[in-house]
Amino acid sequence: MTTAHETPTGIGIFIPPVYDWFWSLLVTAIIAVFFFKYLLPKLNAILDERAAKIEGGIALAEKVQAEAAEAKAQTKAELDEARTVAAGIKEEATADGAAIVAEARAKAQAEAARIIETAHRQIEAERAAAVVSLREEVGGLATELASRIVGESLADEARQSRVIDRFLEELDAGLDGTPQPAAATADTEADQG
Amino acid sequence: MFVRLIVTGALLLLLWLAVRKAKLVPGRGQSAVEMALDFVRVQIVEQTLGKERAKPFVGMFTVIFFTILAMNLAGVVPFLNIAGTSRMGLPALLAIWVFITYLVVGSRTHGVGRYLKNSLVPSGVPWPMLILLIPIEALQVFVIRPVTLALRLVANMMAGHIMLVLCFVGTHTLFLYADAVLKPLGALTFAAGIAITLFEVFVAGLQAFIFTLLSAVYLNFALDDGH
Repeated sequence: MTTAHETPTGIGIFIPPVYDWFWSLLVTAIIAVFFFKYLLPKLNAILDERAAKIEGGIALAEKVQAEAAEAKAQTKAELDEARTVAAGIKEEATADGAAIVAEARAKAQAEAARIIETAHRQIEAERAAAVVSLREEVGGLATELASRIVGESLADEARQSRVIDRFLEELDAGLDGTPQPAAATADTEADQG
Repeated sequence: MFVRLIVTGALLLLLWLAVRKAKLVPGRGQSAVEMALDFVRVQIVEQTLGKERAKPFVGMFTVIFFTILAMNLAGVVPFLNIAGTSRMGLPALLAIWVFITYLVVGSRTHGVGRYLKNSLVPSGVPWPMLILLIPIEALQVFVIRPVTLALRLVANMMAGHIMLVLCFVGTHTLFLYADAVLKPLGALTFAAGIAITLFEVFVAGLQAFIFTLLSAVYLNFALDDGH
């Protein structure tokens, strides 16, 4: 035992001597002062700070989460909107395409119709021209034929038909491109005359 | 009483080292100290008194708990070998502190008259019984509670000390001075010494806990409206 005092005996065990009181009071006071002035305030401050920080952290986390959710919702809304717009554009494009095709087809048809009509008209004109020239020619020929017929004797019917046949033959030959000498005609006329 | 100064120094040094650089994110030492302080605050004081009422007294009970624990543990520290609490002075002083505290708190909360009535007159008892009960309650409040607080602690620590001394003196004597036949018995007493040393560590914590818990309970009686 490190104490210099005698070990108390009997009832003395339970009745502390003055020095016991004194030292007890001293150490208790020292410990109490240390706890009250240093340890507890310091640790309490730390604990409060920690609690505040944790609460702050939780609040921050909640805030961040809310912001993230909001951002996500916004993104989704934007995406939806973009999709709608894209769908609209696609529909419009399809409609436009169909319109363009229809227009092109209409134009082509009109053009075709126009070309056909022009062709018809041209053909008509040519036909008309052909008719006019033919008529002139036929008129000339008829006149010639008539003058020949008149030149011959018109009484004989056989003669008449012979003249017409000869005229047609000449005509055919002329059309064939082989010029018929007028002598032949004269010969024939002489034979018959 | 030199032991007490050493223990005080050691306790304060240890705690100071642990929380000197107290940080938000605690190190090992700081965590251990916080855990110990939390144990006193939550397990003993707040559970007994309730969170709100406990607030003004947490400091006091913390001081009491740590003082007793440190002084008790001195009993198993080599070269100190005696608990600071195994002499009457310190336990008596702490008990008186608790005693005065609960008297003052009780009187201040309810007024002296009402506090005495609350403490001394059990409700719902027929009046003739009060003749018997009031002295008993008075004895209880003014004598038995503080005295038992101190005595329980002193007796435990002193008994532990005596057991340890007995074991080690026995071992010493049996090994060095006894007949050859008796020497093996020394091994037995030595083993007992080890066991009792460990037991004393347990008792040191237990007695600190009991003293603090009962103090809190007594204070709770003083705060309550009658019982």
